[in-house]
Amino acid sequence: MSEHAIVRTTDVTKSFDLGKHTLEVLKGISLTIVKGRYISIMGPSGSGKSTLFNMIGGLDKPTSGKVFIDEVDIAQLDAYELAWLRCRKIGYIFQTFNLIPVMTALENVTLPMTFGGTGNDEAVDRGMELLRLVGLDDRYNHKPSELSGGQQQRVAVARALANTPSIVLADEPTGNLDLNTGEEIITLLKKMSDELEVTIISATHDFKMLNVSDEVIWIRDGLIDKIEQRDELDISVGTIG
Amino acid sequence: MQRLVALPFSKSVEIAWKSIRARFFRSLVTTTSLVLAVAFLCYVQVTTDIANGLLAGGADGSMDALLKAGYNVEPGAVSIGETAKEQWLVFLSLLVCVVGIVNAQLMAVTERFREIGTMKCLGALDRFILRLFMLEAIIQGFVGSLAGALLGVLAGLLSTSLSLGLIIFASLPMTVMGLTSAKAIGIGCLLSLLGVIYPAITAARMEPVEAMRTNE
Repeated sequence: MSEHAIVRTTDVTKSFDLGKHTLEVLKGISLTIVKGRYISIMGPSGSGKSTLFNMIGGLDKPTSGKVFIDEVDIAQLDAYELAWLRCRKIGYIFQTFNLIPVMTALENVTLPMTFGGTGNDEAVDRGMELLRLVGLDDRYNHKPSELSGGQQQRVAVARALANTPSIVLADEPTGNLDLNTGEEIITLLKKMSDELEVTIISATHDFKMLNVSDEVIWIRDGLIDKIEQRDELDISVGTIG
Repeated sequence: MQRLVALPFSKSVEIAWKSIRARFFRSLVTTTSLVLAVAFLCYVQVTTDIANGLLAGGADGSMDALLKAGYNVEPGAVSIGETAKEQWLVFLSLLVCVVGIVNAQLMAVTERFREIGTMKCLGALDRFILRLFMLEAIIQGFVGSLAGALLGVLAGLLSTSLSLGLIIFASLPMTVMGLTSAKAIGIGCLLSLLGVIYPAITAARMEPVEAMRTNE
């Protein structure tokens, strides 16, 4: 595995102005995420986990410090370049699936390819291939409302991979799913990360996620509490069950 | 390297059309006020057109019919205009219609916050969102105005044939009525666009982070 840093943050802080006082959510976070790994960001609600996550995903800009995605400082990008980055470099998976309700599964998967400038036939071919990969090719013509939660999330996984991104960001991907379906999604993500060498970063509460993670970043009160590698991890998971 | 995201125009039309079809009832509500306003506009103008046609036709008894129906025709006049009151009513109805459209579209934008945020996460630019909403508005505007114009012409024909008698069909000014309808449809599309500008800008400026919010 190459040791290429796909995401790097240096001393990132983020504060929100709440009128009379400012709320410091992130208090200086420096981390490096290596390409092709499966990273989980864990932490209680209010720890700044989501804020850090949005920052890594190029959805939010830090108050101070720098965020590099693929060695590009995202603060330097204009709106067009940011859109391009979101389209080609990053795939998003949401807790609430967020498929476009008026489009079929296949159209949902091809939409980012259309944005990315892929021709229609090529996009449809690749879309079908991705749906096959997540096991939903026979349902390509179904609307999200005709799919179960787990199926919707699998379509979302296929959509996230549409433009062969370097990073897939998953925000509580199992949060709205039952145990079994959640596990299916986790296994699927792990498989994708192994087969396609895509970096998967997920923010989660779900301890099932730890089993497949290469690295777990624990956030507490806006700071990195600890970073655990996979081999250290098995012990701590064992006690939880 | 070409680092630009794109959305071809044909694809935008396709998405806009699907969006309208999928939310048929919401679109219907947005469009209803437009249908009625355009129908009223068309009705008032077509009635005048028909009366003018009758006057210009100069058939026997046409003057009597006009006077009997309450038109204020001076002897020797060549045309009849709408009354100031009618013009005010039309203007007000159009104004109310635009406000209604803004209201309905703002609602639609709020409903679709997550969808818009998701599109932006997938790489959509502000202007894609703007274009989608504009296209939807134009399609709704056109279909709504067309229905409104038809309704207005029919109502105009019905009411004048009742008040002026069947004599009007002898001198029906088809070309002028067609032009009036076309103008009304144009105004309808314009109003629909006007009504969507503010909501569409609100939608386009939305931050993609909104898509991540779960409790909405």
